[in-house]
Amino acid sequence: MSMKVSTRQVDGVTIVDCSGRITLGEGSVVLRDVVDQLLGKGQKKILLNLGEINYIDSSGIGELVRAFTTVRKQSGDLKLLNLTKKVHDLLQITKLYTVFDVKDDEAAAVKSFS
Amino acid sequence: MQRTAPANQSAVRHLTLAMTTSRLSYTLDSTLETVDSAEQTASQFAIEAGFSEETVMQIGMAVREAAINAVLHGNAYDPGKKVNLDLERTGQDLVITIRDQGHGLDVSKIPDPLAPENLLKTSGRGIFLIRSFMDEVQIHPSQAGTEVKLIKHVHGPSAGAKEASP
Repeated sequence: MSMKVSTRQVDGVTIVDCSGRITLGEGSVVLRDVVDQLLGKGQKKILLNLGEINYIDSSGIGELVRAFTTVRKQSGDLKLLNLTKKVHDLLQITKLYTVFDVKDDEAAAVKSFS
Repeated sequence: MQRTAPANQSAVRHLTLAMTTSRLSYTLDSTLETVDSAEQTASQFAIEAGFSEETVMQIGMAVREAAINAVLHGNAYDPGKKVNLDLERTGQDLVITIRDQGHGLDVSKIPDPLAPENLLKTSGRGIFLIRSFMDEVQIHPSQAGTEVKLIKHVHGPSAGAKEASP
């Protein structure tokens, strides 16, 4: 299953609901494109909902890092929501869990941007 | 035992089954499809070897990362170069070998992805993940390509990578 995304706005925050796999090739490109499109529209408060992401590889991890640093460089913020155990564990062993701002409650996550 | 060769590949396959040993060999193109096929093939092999769901995922991811290295960094998508995938189950180990035909991976030049200055790099985590998920990892670079041997003990510790002597 390749990666799919849909976006919605909640109180000035763009929530990107992701599902499938963030892997080398299509999955990483989909994530890169959606983040670039949001930044292009000036939407710099981005909450990536990874609750339906069941697989991520090193390329996908790299794409998450790229998205994070790209948004930060434009004075925006990108946070992660609803990590599955697999993604959580991968971010832990790569020491990225504390680099990202990880949330598990959508309403609280949205509030944290303000 | 029926097995299906990975899709979209001109696979050459040899299958030998014995009481406690099974072996599969594939010759794969240097494409993204090979990365997916290698992961799926290794995961199925691990399932049949009786590993837990979590360990199967780890083995599949380690093989995926090794295949990524072979296709992208080793063979650089060169259609004239192939990736060899060998899977073998012995009584004690699951041994998976991935070989490319590149210029040889210089492991010493791969920076530590856990170093603070490297945490925000967008690449360089593949070998680290492989070592994290397998019990033993042997990397043999040469001018004819790189051979990466991944070992998971069938009846051993389910986690904790150790770097084996080449």
